[in-house]
Amino acid sequence: MMRRWPTLPEGLRRVRDARLLPLAVTLFLFAALFGFGGVMYTGFFSLQVLLDLLVDNAFLLIVAIGMTFVIISGGIDLSVGSLVALTTLLEAVMAEHWHWPIWVIIPLVLTAGTLFGSAMGWLIHQFKLQPFVVTLAGMFLARGTCFLISLQSITITDPVFTAISNFRIHAGGGEISTNVLIAVLALAVALYLAHATRFGRYVYAIGGNEHSALLMGLPVARTKVLVYALSGFCSALGGVTFTFYVLSGYGLQAQGMELDAIAATVIGGTLLTGGVGYVIGTLFGVGILGTIQSLITFDGTLSSWWTRIVIGVLLCMFCSLQRLMERRTRRVVHLDPPPANATAGRAGAGTRPATTGAAMTHAHQVRPQAELRAHGR
Amino acid sequence: MSADQPVTGLRRLLRPSLGGNLFGTGNALLWPILTLVLLCLCNLGFNPHFLSIRVLDHHLFGAPIDILNRAAPLILVGVGMTLVIATRGIDISVGAVVAITAAMAAAMLGGSQAMAGGWPCWVAVAAALAIALVCGLWNGLLVAGVGMQPIIATLILMVAGRGVAQLLTAGQVIPIDNPGYLLIGGGYLLGIPLSVYIAVVVVVLTTAVLEGTALGLFIRAIGINPTATRLVGLRAKALVFWVYAFSGLTAGIAGILISSNLRSADGNNAGLLLELDAILAVTLGGTSLLGGRFSMAGTVLGALIIQTLTYTTYSIGVPPEATLVVKAVVVLLVSVIQSPTARRWLFSRRRRRPAPDSALKVPS
Repeated sequence: MMRRWPTLPEGLRRVRDARLLPLAVTLFLFAALFGFGGVMYTGFFSLQVLLDLLVDNAFLLIVAIGMTFVIISGGIDLSVGSLVALTTLLEAVMAEHWHWPIWVIIPLVLTAGTLFGSAMGWLIHQFKLQPFVVTLAGMFLARGTCFLISLQSITITDPVFTAISNFRIHAGGGEISTNVLIAVLALAVALYLAHATRFGRYVYAIGGNEHSALLMGLPVARTKVLVYALSGFCSALGGVTFTFYVLSGYGLQAQGMELDAIAATVIGGTLLTGGVGYVIGTLFGVGILGTIQSLITFDGTLSSWWTRIVIGVLLCMFCSLQRLMERRTRRVVHLDPPPANATAGRAGAGTRPATTGAAMTHAHQVRPQAELRAHGR
Repeated sequence: MSADQPVTGLRRLLRPSLGGNLFGTGNALLWPILTLVLLCLCNLGFNPHFLSIRVLDHHLFGAPIDILNRAAPLILVGVGMTLVIATRGIDISVGAVVAITAAMAAAMLGGSQAMAGGWPCWVAVAAALAIALVCGLWNGLLVAGVGMQPIIATLILMVAGRGVAQLLTAGQVIPIDNPGYLLIGGGYLLGIPLSVYIAVVVVVLTTAVLEGTALGLFIRAIGINPTATRLVGLRAKALVFWVYAFSGLTAGIAGILISSNLRSADGNNAGLLLELDAILAVTLGGTSLLGGRFSMAGTVLGALIIQTLTYTTYSIGVPPEATLVVKAVVVLLVSVIQSPTARRWLFSRRRRRPAPDSALKVPS
């Protein structure tokens, strides 16, 4: 069965939907920032600059995709940056000291990252611990392990690694690296996971209201562990791409990347309270962060610390916007209960119309949860 | 004091409750004390002179003094963090506030080209504390006013704060050579480091205000049930706002101590990972991360444990970075022990029925 795409008026109505507003703002901001760069600096408005955003931020995009799932499920993962560092270091040790082939190394580190993530997810679920405490401990653990392995930076000279790192594909006047291919593939898989599988629906449902998800009989435990496993996997994959990017392993790499990933996710329109968000928004969130960096590089007179300040300001703007919207929706719900079709429309925005029959039943399962949420507030 | 009043603070500390509930509220201080004693015994095993204090150059000198001196900033940050966590919040911006404060003080004292320097020491300290307070007020505004989740509200300052600090120092590490300022973190009074006095004064004052007035009770009430607290008629939002402001201020004092002790202000690395240490100290001290239960004495002990742990790893010869692994394991263990699930497992083995007083506690 083909997906029914929304007609234009329907699409406009959806944009007015509170859940899509942040995404619309993000898209507009990205276009505006890039346009601003094009007007201000010569040579900015080119395909290569646009592609370079992806080349230079592929690892961040992959990590942020994992973070998006975690935040949609109502949690947070602070361990991603240190897991990226640990992955680069493990790869470097295995490639340089032990001379293992790359096709052994990469599956190994990906498995390690996934296991690390699932262990954190298990702790969070089993003992009802706060995600940020457990993942904070995970962050300590991964960084500490890095330093136990090696205090020095290890440069990778393995010919296969360097070949992959230097590989470029020419695409219509610009060129992209292997990392971009990996990131785009990860994005496609993540979009499929989020919007067309049961797992994706479960994640949204748990983020919306974990209790009702449990009452509906959704596998909350398994899904929560899987979400953190996915984030661990994404961090490891981000670490692999980061290794291709810098060709070295070092325990101090990717410091503060968890903040960038959270910022990209939030700027991409994912609600920090969970239950609402789009993976595609994260792509533009990363794009905005990258554009700010490029703008500051192109300007040349601004210092690099302005990046952090601007990211902080953007983060603040988007969080306030989210709060405002939340308040507005709540007020509307309290004053006049929305008609049945409005509620259905709102639920539909969160859980896209499904394609397969099996997923359709789940859409029906999720719908009462969204209604419950709208009235419960 | 009647029997049904909550037993808090010093009174709780003095209450003979060693036979009470080992994992719960009965005597929250037993575990931190045991841990600290165990750590000290470990150290004594490696170094028989660990606890000996000598007088050197009119100053007391020895490992305990060193630990106290270095733990002082952590204790200060922990005091603010304890109250924030008690209201069900978290403040992960303290490291950035330390960096901003240090940068402000250094810039005022005249290390940087960004500002016309050469202000006297007390002006620099006042300005630094003022900017720390502003940071705290900003966090409070976002959490209590706008209604953001605490971790995100403080994340904003954590991200932007280091940028602001580097803006103040123009991206450089500014050396500090003002003798008055250096005295704060490096001076001695009656043989004991000044920073220890500062930490003690802040802890004692805070405890006195919290337990001498109803403030401590109010803060616990917010942590246990914010809605009920508001319905009872307490101005919960205003309280939360000022708790964050206080956390900013204590982080600022810590920032002054750190920059004075290091004789420089480094926008990038001052107070790096301090928020994690502070959370760890608070958790170790028996303050519940779920809010509503806190122990100031526990936080002080927690900070001492962390500093002793760091000292131990140095003296054993393990690379100092390995402490991170130990800390991670400790955080996980402590939070697992604190969790209701683990407690249920432990207590179902010990006794079938719940204790009579547990019906009064709010399930967390």
